[in-house]
Amino acid sequence: MKYMKTLAGLALGLALSASTAMAGEIVLNSDQTDPAPKKAMEELIAGFEKANPDVKVKWNNIDHEGYKAAIRNFLTADAPDVAAWYAGNRMAPFVKAGLFEDVSDVWKDNGLDDSLKSAAASMTIDGKKWGVPYTYYQWGIYYNKDVYKKAGVSEPKNWAEFVANCEKFKAAGVDCLTTGTKALWPGAGIFDYIDMRTNGYEFHMDLTAGKVKWTDPKVKAAFAEWAKITPYISANAAAIDWQDAAALLSQGKAANYVMGNFAVDTFKKGGMTNDNLGFMLFPEITAGIPRAEEAPTDTFHIPSGAKNKADAKKFLAYLASADAQTAMNKTLGQLPVNNKASVGDDPFIQAGFKELSSAYALAQFFDRDAPADMAKAGMEGFQEFMAKPDHIDAILERLQKVADKVYK
Amino acid sequence: MAQAAVHNGFWKTNQKALAPWLFLAPGMIMFLIYVIFPIVESIYISFFNWDGLAPAHISQLTSKEYVGLGNYRDLLGDDSFYTSLWNNLKWLVLYMLAVPIGLFVALFLNQKVPGIRLYKSLFFFPFVISQVVVGLLFSWFYAPGFGPLYAIIKSITGSETAILASDSMATYGIIAAGLWPQTAYCMILYLTGLNNINPEQVEAARMDGARGFTLLWNIILPQLRPATFIAIVVTVIGSLRSFDLVSIMTGGGPYGSTRVLSYFMFEQALSEYGTAMGYGAAIAFVLFAIMMVFISFFVWRMLGQERNS
Repeated sequence: MKYMKTLAGLALGLALSASTAMAGEIVLNSDQTDPAPKKAMEELIAGFEKANPDVKVKWNNIDHEGYKAAIRNFLTADAPDVAAWYAGNRMAPFVKAGLFEDVSDVWKDNGLDDSLKSAAASMTIDGKKWGVPYTYYQWGIYYNKDVYKKAGVSEPKNWAEFVANCEKFKAAGVDCLTTGTKALWPGAGIFDYIDMRTNGYEFHMDLTAGKVKWTDPKVKAAFAEWAKITPYISANAAAIDWQDAAALLSQGKAANYVMGNFAVDTFKKGGMTNDNLGFMLFPEITAGIPRAEEAPTDTFHIPSGAKNKADAKKFLAYLASADAQTAMNKTLGQLPVNNKASVGDDPFIQAGFKELSSAYALAQFFDRDAPADMAKAGMEGFQEFMAKPDHIDAILERLQKVADKVYK
Repeated sequence: MAQAAVHNGFWKTNQKALAPWLFLAPGMIMFLIYVIFPIVESIYISFFNWDGLAPAHISQLTSKEYVGLGNYRDLLGDDSFYTSLWNNLKWLVLYMLAVPIGLFVALFLNQKVPGIRLYKSLFFFPFVISQVVVGLLFSWFYAPGFGPLYAIIKSITGSETAILASDSMATYGIIAAGLWPQTAYCMILYLTGLNNINPEQVEAARMDGARGFTLLWNIILPQLRPATFIAIVVTVIGSLRSFDLVSIMTGGGPYGSTRVLSYFMFEQALSEYGTAMGYGAAIAFVLFAIMMVFISFFVWRMLGQERNS
């Protein structure tokens, strides 16, 4: 009885300290573990805390590839207040499962339907908005100008020239095209472009939506074009990561790399400069097809299990602002979604901006346009095709078998 | 006083029969909650078409998602399933090499040389480090370009083989990586067993003229039978459970050729592109059934041994 007061005081103190998120603190989970994105995130968080001094950000930075599996866990158990993810079909499973918060109010209050117009469609499901996009980046062919010079080759104007150049690169002892498909997705970039250039954007969208079969002759025709360069792709591409393949390009052991603009930082760290790193659009395969490009969009969302949604919405509003997007994309080397933000004057960003603003349509990338199971099977198929092009019929049949199950 | 002796309480009369059950109770309850119940839940999930995200709990699964044996039917038609089964068979057979190799290393280290303890610890080291580290080390060892094994093969045969990129060799590369820690484990089991060998029997055999292999086969090995039994049990179960190495070294690739059942189950149910929890649960049940065959056999053997002794 003497100690009742002390005990009660202790109990109260324990209860207070055990309360979860302090008002004024948000937990942010993201996956920016490559150097440039990591720096951009640090600057973003610092900028947000300066603009909102009463809110602190607790940042959990999870390994980039591991994050894609971890997100399923932490969205259901111990959700953060803000989580990084991707737009379009990639966010659909979480939206359908009710794991993302509807943020249409953030869009309305900050006029984002206007300033984030280009990505608004990919953030909308059932007429509601489910996150805020902050960057997108172009894909294209990065090439080593020194290697081109050494092999006596000039920039190809169309696919036939690209294939002819591959012969010359082989004679010079370098890989015409390099890639690292251990994580599967880099190979999908090559397929997306070859399919869009051979058969057009609408056909590619129908394929990823399951309206066209994998066994369709037009799909086989796209793979036939791909087969023209498979002998010239880096051997053992299936065993290396994309960063290892980037090293091959930087060291002059390969001539071309189909990649996204986020890779420029890695190329430069490998020793390339604006003088010898070239960028070109994927060449035309079928004459007359309007030029569509890949432009995946990265986003931030609020999980529906978040504890501090009010401050999380402040974070999203800050993220959507022109100033934040200008600064962040300058460090990332990518393009801001906000049309009032300014584009960096780095030559690659400028080239990307020109490429995307004049493109016929923008694809989101194979593993975001196609549902997850289809994407996985497809990317494994691409990996197998690059190593064993003669397996094409078996691969297409297997992909169609998966498609029958996924799209039913 | 005489009355108290006649009316014994329930506890007193049944104490001898009840006591073992009471001692077993905590363990059995834990086993029920943490092992039996999840197995039943898993089998339940395998009858549904569930993506693991919504509905949020299995108690909310309705007839809408019910597919009965549909997942098992799909499994029978899935090429990846047969690849995984075949790979698991390779693992099972080749992993057994850890037992004889472990035995020979133990025999080799069973000497009274000063400093032998240091060597024993060094040989045991691979088992202590995380399998993730082992996988990472071996994948660098095999890596094209900078890996030592790649360089050795290139200098001997002139061919550039990246073991983990070849669909015919990758599984063997991973099994080789797994044998390193597993051999260490078998080695320790045998070292312990060798310490418990009856030296008089060995002396008697030596005096009868037994040497080398005859001595090993007829005198030493029979005395190592318990150690051999445990080594085989652990190795079999370890081979069927192999997940860490496959996940770290190849991620099931190249194009799914190193897939094993445990990794296939993870891919389908829990991974980045896995939205088929029910299908994963069906794979888990198949793996469980395979393991039950071995476990039942082992338990039957152990029971038999204990009854006889």
